[in-house]
Amino acid sequence: MEASILVIQLLNGLQLGILLFLLSAGLTLTFGIMDFVNLAHGALYMLGAFFCATLTIYTGSFLLAVAVAIPLTALAGYILERLVVQHLYHRDHLDHVLATFGLILCIDTLVHLIWGPEGIAIPLPEILNTQVEIFPGIVFPTFRLLIIGMGLTAAAGLYLLVNHTRVGMLIRAGASNRRMVGALGVDISTLFSGVFALGAALAGLAGMLIAPITEASIGMGSDIIITTFVVIIIGGIGSMKGAFLAALIIGLIDTFGRSFLDDIFKIFMSGEAAETAAPAVSAMLIYILMAVILAFRPQGLFPPLTR
Amino acid sequence: MNKLITAAAVAALSATSTAFAADEVKIGFITTLTTGAASIGKDQENAVNLALEHIDNTMGGKPVKLIMADDGFKPEVGKQATDKLVKQDDVDFVAGYIWSHVLLASRKSVLDADKFLISANAGPSPVAGKLCHENFFSTSWQNDQTPMAMGETLNKQGVKSLYIMAPNYAAGKDMVAGVERTFKGEIVGKDLTKWGKDAQLDFSAELAKAKASGAEGIFVFYPGKAAGAFIKQYEQAGLRDSLPLYTVFTIDSLSLPKLKEAGMKSVLGSSMTQFWSPDLDVPANKKFVADFREKHGSYPSFYAAQAYDSIMLIKSAVDAVGGNLDDMDAMRAAMEKADFDSVRGEFSYGNNHMPIQNFYSRKVVEDADGNWTTQIDQVVLENHQDVYASECKL
Repeated sequence: MEASILVIQLLNGLQLGILLFLLSAGLTLTFGIMDFVNLAHGALYMLGAFFCATLTIYTGSFLLAVAVAIPLTALAGYILERLVVQHLYHRDHLDHVLATFGLILCIDTLVHLIWGPEGIAIPLPEILNTQVEIFPGIVFPTFRLLIIGMGLTAAAGLYLLVNHTRVGMLIRAGASNRRMVGALGVDISTLFSGVFALGAALAGLAGMLIAPITEASIGMGSDIIITTFVVIIIGGIGSMKGAFLAALIIGLIDTFGRSFLDDIFKIFMSGEAAETAAPAVSAMLIYILMAVILAFRPQGLFPPLTR
Repeated sequence: MNKLITAAAVAALSATSTAFAADEVKIGFITTLTTGAASIGKDQENAVNLALEHIDNTMGGKPVKLIMADDGFKPEVGKQATDKLVKQDDVDFVAGYIWSHVLLASRKSVLDADKFLISANAGPSPVAGKLCHENFFSTSWQNDQTPMAMGETLNKQGVKSLYIMAPNYAAGKDMVAGVERTFKGEIVGKDLTKWGKDAQLDFSAELAKAKASGAEGIFVFYPGKAAGAFIKQYEQAGLRDSLPLYTVFTIDSLSLPKLKEAGMKSVLGSSMTQFWSPDLDVPANKKFVADFREKHGSYPSFYAAQAYDSIMLIKSAVDAVGGNLDDMDAMRAAMEKADFDSVRGEFSYGNNHMPIQNFYSRKVVEDADGNWTTQIDQVVLENHQDVYASECKL
């Protein structure tokens, strides 16, 4: 029994980590590579969820909705970049924060106007609403397996794109010296718009994957954006590999903290004290980790090699 | 010179507004109109407006002025909104409050200013016990009561072991304490999850633990949007057959339509307890539910029922003094009698101004038109008074 719950919690942690990675990948692209602080990244995550929810209800198919909602979210990201973000690259970080915070308020209100305050639940097809027995005695919801699968696919695709394609090379080059790449005849402004749209698509995908578990609701982006920043700080700002590993670490720590901390606390304190302390401490665990890492290794666990 | 004119204009304006104030009954209503919990606030707002429509917007011969305010789901914002209602708008009654932590943060502002405070939902243990106040009334319940009724229901159904999940805040802890007080079986596990603006909505780890615990049932309290999230994950984890669901304040008229849309059939037949239900056979309730459905197309939630009652309670007080709002003592005495047609039927007030009322067990059913709603099973606690009343010195 003990071993099986350990495996299930491992999978749960992995699934949470994958979701965080999809979000932090986009943030790594914009913050780490383009040096742009984008608090509104969570708003794109929310938009993805709402697009997907509406399309699922209209088309009746969740997977089809995801396929259409991803380019739609990318387009929203592209428009946002062209209209607002582009004019902010040469300003300092405080301006980024102020402008993107304003964007959060605007997008939240826009969603409120279009979809109302209730939020939308996404119905899953029967086949995804079931459970699979992975090993004897270890039963796991199918949809959460799908999240893990889709997340890993996206991670692999991103790795190939950034490290093994010409576009990826341009992104990396543009990040280390924007002006030089521009001088070599590359349209850097289009490139960055594309990168921003890619980040938006990844955040949107994360929103689409979480919405059938919770729901598409206003403010869902602001709830998760802090954790996403924690991920990229722990991983090392600008490092895609760091973001991936840190997301998994955070997912696992958070899940294991929630599952086993009260039992651990009960060993050395009274049952009642443990019941009160455990949820409080498990909610803090990832921040404690971040504080420790900032104290001893401020550049993060896996900082990019060349910056 | 310009400044002088402006000052004079402001003075004139404020003078007229005070002159008006005496001719109307001002009610401030605090609820959540933004964030994911805004649907609860909207439901309460609809109920308040329906109540005012039913009474022709008149109390004690005077027109009613309603001021809605948003607490943003945060204690500090709720307190600011309360301060504004009390100091700037100078209302006669402050009603509303969905959240226990918002009520606890705001109560002092209202009570120190010698105004009446009517809770239309939150019922944290302190306001029923040590912090009870002569000017505080509730048209809902004390937090512990509904889960206590659930504990009794579980005993009756012969459930021997239970897993508990609730959010980690004032009401969550009260709910857990309530069910623990009456449930006679063994509690094999308990999780208090993060709550507030960045509340935890993914319960994968907790559900895995609950399943592994081998409990015969799971008791949860997840109000607002967390409810939908919980039910979906409960269904996705396939726990319907192995771990029957028992809830309080989780499945309601707000979450049921969405659950139906998402095809979450596992809630049909699940048990919950409540002081009220849309099908409760009371004339006032029939009128309320029918008119609400006609106007808004959906069943009212219990939040709406309590909000409706809060307006009726205020009306009973203002009517009793013929609109003389300075007579606080007479209005208080009138409210203590609970002499109005409540949607829950007859009830009385305890010394701490918390209702002494029946609690029912309800089941989720499909109605004749295919809507999902709740239906009363039986009375679990009759004329039940909360346990904190003895700590109240009134």
